[in-house]
Amino acid sequence: MKLRLFPFVAGLLLFAPPASAHLVTSGLGPFYDGALHLLLSPADLLGLLAVTLLAGLRGPQAGRWTVLILPGAWFVAGLIGLHAGIGFDLPWVSVLLLLVLGVMVAADAKLPAGAVAALAGLLGALQGLANGSALAELGAGPVAMLGIAGSAFVLALLVCAAVVSLRPAWTRIAVRAVGSWVAAVGLLMFGWLSQTA
Amino acid sequence: MKRLFIYEPKQLPALAAMAALLLWSMSAWAHVETGQAGGFLSGLAHPVSGLDHVLAMVAVGLWGAQLGRPAIWLLPIAFPLMMAVGGLLGLLGIPLGGVEIGIAVSSVVLGALILGEVRMPVLGAMLVVAFFAVFHGHAHGTELAPGQNAMLYSLGFVIATGTLHAVGIGIGTIHRWDFGRAALRGAGSLVIVGGLVFLWGALA
Repeated sequence: MKLRLFPFVAGLLLFAPPASAHLVTSGLGPFYDGALHLLLSPADLLGLLAVTLLAGLRGPQAGRWTVLILPGAWFVAGLIGLHAGIGFDLPWVSVLLLLVLGVMVAADAKLPAGAVAALAGLLGALQGLANGSALAELGAGPVAMLGIAGSAFVLALLVCAAVVSLRPAWTRIAVRAVGSWVAAVGLLMFGWLSQTA
Repeated sequence: MKRLFIYEPKQLPALAAMAALLLWSMSAWAHVETGQAGGFLSGLAHPVSGLDHVLAMVAVGLWGAQLGRPAIWLLPIAFPLMMAVGGLLGLLGIPLGGVEIGIAVSSVVLGALILGEVRMPVLGAMLVVAFFAVFHGHAHGTELAPGQNAMLYSLGFVIATGTLHAVGIGIGTIHRWDFGRAALRGAGSLVIVGGLVFLWGALA
């Protein structure tokens, strides 16, 4: 192509629409990026919802322990994931846990507070390891992990408090219906995973 | 003669083609997660996209409202769960014969149960609903468009189903009044008619 065509072609190129080839940074800083990450991750949110609904159904003691243990395990496991720096993702285990938690909420399983807290710790550890190793690949630091754990704490607190305070029978039934939906999503996810495996 | 153009006139077609191609360039979206909203919305739209599904799912709510506690909340819990089992069977490639017929028959049977105001033990009612839910799940559980988020699709699919049950339960609250009971039985006959139309279509 002749050199004198250059201004013409350059002009055309300037009109090309944006490629959107990379994620736009939020500009909020690492802490709020982490906090938003949890709010924008449906898989993480669904697991958190299931375990906090279960804790709420089991009363104030289970709720208190879950509110502390879930974000705590999430943060500690996240730091381990950040330092290990290896890709850690166990989708089958996460989906199985989602299914179990959904069935327990739907059945209003009479678990002791300690068992609910242990399940919350397991979920937090799994999600934290996955988040931490993903953040390590992006070069993010512990502050982002703190944002995720902070979001998890606030959400767990809100859901547990809301469910513990439910009094009319139909409201608790509504919570159990949501649990059955979570279990149904878990079942379907097993199918999707087996298809892509 | 002074030249008006900076290029040779014979290059004009090629330049025009190049300009058109450049102006039509699409966004690359090389890393942004696409299909998230689409996955949820298409999952949400699936159960409501077919009247045969809508009819059966609303009928489950109507029958639950007729039966009262605990069926009113057990049936809408059993249906999505067993529907997911049907979807799982489809995703695992396990075939299920007569899916469309099963879906149509579900409306006919549920309509007949509402029309006759049939009361049966909770376990029996759950088994009836669960049996038909498998057909509904098998038909729709496998239809995920490429590039969409499977979890959001599943979530939308399940929420839409639960909402349709809730609509049925909401309508079914008229059961507490005498005129409401009669209206509900009338609605059952409409569900039967709808089911028969779909059955005709499935068999034709």
